[in-house]
Amino acid sequence: MAVADPQTLYLAEPADARIVEPLDMMTLIYQRRSGITHMVGEPVPQMLEAMGGDAVDAATLAARLAASFDLGGQEDAAALIAERLAELAELGLVERVAGA
Amino acid sequence: MHEFRVQVGPAAFRIGSAWRAPIAQMAELYRDYPHPDFTDFTVRLEPAGWLRRWLRPSVAIGGDYMLPDAAPLPLAQGLLAAEMAMNLQMALGWRRHLLLHASAVERDGRVLVMTGQSGSGKSTLSALLGARGWRFMGDEFVLLDPESGDAVPFPRLISLKNSAIAAMQASAPDARFGPLLDGTPKGDIRHMVPPSDAIARMGQGGAPALLLFPRYGYPGAVREVAPGETFMRLTQASTNYVALGEAGFTALTRFVTSVPSRAIDYQSGEEAVALVEKLWERLA
Repeated sequence: MAVADPQTLYLAEPADARIVEPLDMMTLIYQRRSGITHMVGEPVPQMLEAMGGDAVDAATLAARLAASFDLGGQEDAAALIAERLAELAELGLVERVAGA
Repeated sequence: MHEFRVQVGPAAFRIGSAWRAPIAQMAELYRDYPHPDFTDFTVRLEPAGWLRRWLRPSVAIGGDYMLPDAAPLPLAQGLLAAEMAMNLQMALGWRRHLLLHASAVERDGRVLVMTGQSGSGKSTLSALLGARGWRFMGDEFVLLDPESGDAVPFPRLISLKNSAIAAMQASAPDARFGPLLDGTPKGDIRHMVPPSDAIARMGQGGAPALLLFPRYGYPGAVREVAPGETFMRLTQASTNYVALGEAGFTALTRFVTSVPSRAIDYQSGEEAVALVEKLWERLA
């Protein structure tokens, strides 16, 4: 399992680096750089969209997502999002920002 | 070296053979197909060892694309070796379309695509429908054009296996058949020449309108298949999805999001044809 540190800053690739195609219970993300098709579920597409072009940590991202979605307890949400971010970094869909 | 050239759909093949017999069989079965000057792929049927041309001859497959450990076949199955080699060139080498391991038939410019593993009945079903007023487009590969989204025909010889051989001889008594190849790795195989309209119109594609996942040998049933599951199954059914990159992704998502999809179980050809007609009426 990926290591989740809530302080780590992550950066998503620019939106035009991928094609996002929502299907029924999953979303396809085609990553142009690698040529890999990722099949992901919620909240991954929402996270990538909310990150935009900014380097963010899990708490910042949780706050942004809470503006649009009911996340329940925000503290739990930040911990879960930290885990998801670490997984996305392993997949290469986001990058840990150097020095953070 | 004996040689034969043939165009199947958009792909042109040159087949060379150390023996005359397989080439003569192909020339007869493919006699109504175009014989192009320029070819996309070269296939060679060669002796498996230097003595093997005369002594218990066996055929090894060579060509532009090949599997290093493909087992040689006896010379009597030379036609099968040539067909397998042509399929291999398409599966490994074709880049102009997204290739789906599937069969297809067309009616009114709209295409029914059927995909499934070996033994699902997709090949026999396409041959049956081809004898029942549909235009046969192919029993092995469906080519999706990345630009238009159309399904493009690849009407090679229909490869009938085991019980499907007698069933098709009864359903299409006027069709031309190749020699019976018994004891192949897939049991008995007999090739059938597609109906003449399939060959005459092999340059004409059509818009995909319905996708079926047939499964032979189970009580009749129909199940809706969601786009996500369809996408996953079709990436597995495609031999060049990864190689095509973004063009493949775009072609496949377009197909999956625009074409309704059903899994059908059936126990006889008649039952399957009735199911297909009913679903086509309702969904396509």
